Amino acid sequence: MIRVLLALCLCLASLGPAFAVNPDEVLADPALEARAREISAELRCMVCQNQSIDDSNADLAKDLRLLVRERLKNGDSDEAVIDYIVSRYGDFVLLKPRFEAKTLLLWGMPVVLLLVGAGTIFLAARRRGGRTAGAPLSDEEQARLDKLMRS
Amino acid sequence: MIIELGHYALVLALATAIVQSVLPILGVKRGDRSMMELAGSAAIASFLLVVFAFAVLTFAYVVSDFSVRNVWENSHSLKPLIYKISGVWGNHEGSMLLWLLILVFFSMLVALFGRNLPATLRANVLAVQAWITTAFTLFILLTSNPFARLVPAPGEGRDLNPVLQDIGLAIHPPLLYLGYVGFSVCFSFAIAALIEGRIDAAWARWVRPWTLAAWTALTAGIAMGSYWAYYELGWGGWWFWDPVENASFMPWLAGTALLHSALVMEKREALKIWTVLLAILTFSLSLLGTFLVRSGVLTSVHAFATDPTRGVFILAILVVFIGGAFSLFALRATHLKAGGLFAPISREGALVLNNLILTTATATVLTGTLYPLLLEALTGDKISVGAPFFNMTFGLLMLPLLFVVPFGPLLAWKRGDLSGAAQRLFIAAAIGVMAAAVVAYAKSGGPLLAPLGIGLGAYLVLGAVTDLVLRSGLGKVAGRVALGRLLGLPRSVFGTALAHAGLGITLIGIVVATAYGTETVVEMKPGMLADAGGYTLRFDGMREARGPNYSEDTGHFTVSRAGVQVSEIWSSKRLYSARRMPTTEAGIRTFGLSQLYVSLGDEMSGGGIVVRIWWKPLILCIWGGALIMMAGGLVSLSDRRLRVGAPSRARKAPQLAAGAAE
Repeated sequence: MIRVLLALCLCLASLGPAFAVNPDEVLADPALEARAREISAELRCMVCQNQSIDDSNADLAKDLRLLVRERLKNGDSDEAVIDYIVSRYGDFVLLKPRFEAKTLLLWGMPVVLLLVGAGTIFLAARRRGGRTAGAPLSDEEQARLDKLMRS
Repeated sequence: MIIELGHYALVLALATAIVQSVLPILGVKRGDRSMMELAGSAAIASFLLVVFAFAVLTFAYVVSDFSVRNVWENSHSLKPLIYKISGVWGNHEGSMLLWLLILVFFSMLVALFGRNLPATLRANVLAVQAWITTAFTLFILLTSNPFARLVPAPGEGRDLNPVLQDIGLAIHPPLLYLGYVGFSVCFSFAIAALIEGRIDAAWARWVRPWTLAAWTALTAGIAMGSYWAYYELGWGGWWFWDPVENASFMPWLAGTALLHSALVMEKREALKIWTVLLAILTFSLSLLGTFLVRSGVLTSVHAFATDPTRGVFILAILVVFIGGAFSLFALRATHLKAGGLFAPISREGALVLNNLILTTATATVLTGTLYPLLLEALTGDKISVGAPFFNMTFGLLMLPLLFVVPFGPLLAWKRGDLSGAAQRLFIAAAIGVMAAAVVAYAKSGGPLLAPLGIGLGAYLVLGAVTDLVLRSGLGKVAGRVALGRLLGLPRSVFGTALAHAGLGITLIGIVVATAYGTETVVEMKPGMLADAGGYTLRFDGMREARGPNYSEDTGHFTVSRAGVQVSEIWSSKRLYSARRMPTTEAGIRTFGLSQLYVSLGDEMSGGGIVVRIWWKPLILCIWGGALIMMAGGLVSLSDRRLRVGAPSRARKAPQLAAGAAE
């Protein structure tokens, strides 16, 4: 609900309901255009609330989309295009942050949690394992069990 | 006058909540039964008072009383009645009042349906509920009063944000809050158990229906919100990994884990401490979600800093409740006796794995949501964490979980037979692999992972069916006997099968719509054609129209297939007069489970208009699967062992029968 609200307030209100990618932006080469779309989905529209430049119709997003396509036409690889955009706009533009010192916790968290959780469960199971095995039944217990089973 | 009465009712509700917070606990301490009993009456009184306050605010909206600031800010005399009513919670103050209403609603339910609870447990649970009620009533009265007046009263209101003028607003927030706030009951039970220092299988049996009810409502609420965003935003997306969505998704993930661990506790008395921790965690995430959405911290750290009253208040509530709960947990958890033992390969083991993965997934979403905020607050560095991050990390975590889902119900409690379960799942897995192969062959050159996802979805659905087939003995005994056995199975078995199958169907919808959907962006003039999903759309032209509080331009499209007209689509752009705000009303036509989605863009100088056409194959499976999961929750909620209520000597027999069937 609020997402709907924020997105519209921030991006659409001033501009009217328009689209992100417009027909005049689309590259003639479909393979190149597909790459452009993929790259655009990874880049943030800097003036929007959590929208990629591919989804946003803000002017800045349009400029970035054109820039991405320009670089691709000049023969840049996907990484080169992204590097170029990051060098101009900073890390903030990446929707998937790079793995580096300041994002160590972000990327490391799932792995660490899985390992710690699995380790804890393993240890608990081993501790319990000793108890479940238990001692074998004594003769008397076995006799009682047999009696119960027969009845 | 009536407005002031509503305000006064809220103040009285605060008073009853304070009484309910203190006296029952004292009663438990002193063994004074009448003080304990007070909790129930106080809960019902609180509920009636908040209902009255809520009704007063609704009344102010219905009669468009613009002397109330909240009504003036969010309503308009020309607005259709349904949106006047749903507008009550389409703003901060009103939505907090709805939050409170649902909270006291749950307290009242505990008071009414908890008569067979041990008196001390009931008193403690209701007291903890009242602590939460007190905190939020204070929050509303001190920082977010919906009854504030305006003098002089304006003649016309400023209207509700047009995007919210939709049936979605009438349904989505109440469902979402039923889920969010429903988990408060689990929280209160957990705290009460810690206070008493005693917890057993009966506790889990009382907690499970509340978890199930909250989970079912939250599932419906999230699915509804997703569909609303899909058709309202006009860019064809249905999930954005937005912080606000994550705020509702985290309690869902944790609640799903809780649902499963409570099952272990109920059946086997194992995982007690963990279940209590999860119950606390789940509601903590609900509170965190409320904080994230209501404090404005999401828009930017700076927006939060400029008007921090509300944010700081909720943050204080958050710190007190979460901090207090975890401190209590740290102090008391060791007093809880560990329960039943089990081998790693067993139903319990499978549910532990489920909990490990779901908890990690919750933590991943939590880290991703809060990381940019915390990093900026601590170091000033700005980074973004968006959909590509979540798709990757969350997807990787879910993959192994989905593989093992069908194994869970097939493994025995205590000690399971893994290779036996694998053999029984062979048919489901084989069909899954075949489905993947067929899709991969038919769509060669498409995304590589998509066939795998479809195969996995088919395997999940068939795995759920396998469970029912095995339990009924179909194929081994005569058809009539099998049918009789099938009908005799406990309803919770059907609930499990439905929920797991629904998960598979949602997965298929997600994969197919994402991988094989198409998007066409074209500039169209009347008479022009465009193709999408095997259909041809002809743009017939634009038409102007007026609604009660907006004007709109509607484009008309004729849809045909192989030259035969099959349908038409209207897609509009609206301009709401009061706020001068434009919205898109996408044109959507459903074909089976797939949809054509048409959205209008800018008018071009040459008389054409930019049109965006999506073909969304099997997209309805996404929400259909969620509805099936929800149905699973409801069916399970109607299970005999929950309907009959808390365990007492008289119902030993059916319980044994149910146990034998599993």
